[in-house]
Amino acid sequence: MNPLAKLEAFKLDVLKEVGNIGAGNAATALSRLLDKPVDMNVPTVSLIPFEQVADRVGGFEQVVIAVFLRVEGDAPGNMFFLIEEHSARKLLRSLLSIESSEEAGYSEMEFSALSEIGNILAGSYLSSLADFTQLSMSPTVPAIAVDMAGAILSYGLVQYGEMGDSALLINTTFLEGREELAGHFFLIPDPESFGKIFSALGVPNE
Amino acid sequence: MMQDNLVKVGMADLQIASNGAILKTTGLGSCVGLTLFDERSKVAGMIHVMLPSSEIAREAPINVAKYADTSVPHLIQLMKQAGAEPRRFVAKMAGGAQMFAFSSNSDSMRIGPRNVESCKEMLRQFSIPLIAEDTGANYGRTIEFNSLSGVLVIRSVQQGVKEI
Repeated sequence: MNPLAKLEAFKLDVLKEVGNIGAGNAATALSRLLDKPVDMNVPTVSLIPFEQVADRVGGFEQVVIAVFLRVEGDAPGNMFFLIEEHSARKLLRSLLSIESSEEAGYSEMEFSALSEIGNILAGSYLSSLADFTQLSMSPTVPAIAVDMAGAILSYGLVQYGEMGDSALLINTTFLEGREELAGHFFLIPDPESFGKIFSALGVPNE
Repeated sequence: MMQDNLVKVGMADLQIASNGAILKTTGLGSCVGLTLFDERSKVAGMIHVMLPSSEIAREAPINVAKYADTSVPHLIQLMKQAGAEPRRFVAKMAGGAQMFAFSSNSDSMRIGPRNVESCKEMLRQFSIPLIAEDTGANYGRTIEFNSLSGVLVIRSVQQGVKEI
């Protein structure tokens, strides 16, 4: 039985707050980068079946741009920043003044800019978590891919596969002005990391 | 394609179909879509394999469809019950990609290639010939298997549509 299946509401709230702090910092970093106000939705924290993970971003076959970083240190896990194509183009326009068509694919330069955005966001997300929990958490060099959301996210779920059919996700959506930027942040801590996060925050762990 | 003719295979799931029904699984990354087919009885089966071996499972009871070593015997059994003859089985497979390239090559990061190896080992054990495959590389795939023709259609964002 999946040991996470019995997480009480209280613990989920703690994780939600953890996500909130991280995402708040990331939103601030993004807003500085774009020189525009960036809002975010209150993160959702949920234990959801693998089948439904990709639904959060429009389905298994939805094409997304994904920046993936492995989190190393005391509480390892996987981190994804996913954006839909039109949002990625928008980001590139406002960052680099690059105008490119949807059909053209992405140049080396655009890829590199997008993975740098992912890198900055993940870095600020993680450093606030590390400050808050006093745990060391550092991201690896980001990897980037344009592909189906299902194929990408399933890669981050393998560790959970050994334990059950669902994973714990901390998911945040960013908004630019009133327009949805459709950028999603997924933090998927390794199953072993929860105990460490909880004890770092002084939550009794029986 | 008629909707009721389509049998969806979820992640870590296996299904059988016959006489023209289509088996479909979406968004294969490091997972492997393995199909078995008996041309004479028109019985087809598909597994969405997530992990190479049930030895590492920490769940109980395990989901047999999730692991290469437990799902293959189970699918063979189901297809037999549906009237197929295992001696005539042929296999095709797709998936097993390495979605991201990392310098730190820990085992869990190499899961795609390990899934492919493990599926092949199971096919050898049951003496089922692998007649076509589209595995590896670094992109996701959606596959559809036709239980009448035995044709496996593979769709990907980068490579378009391919039939094997």
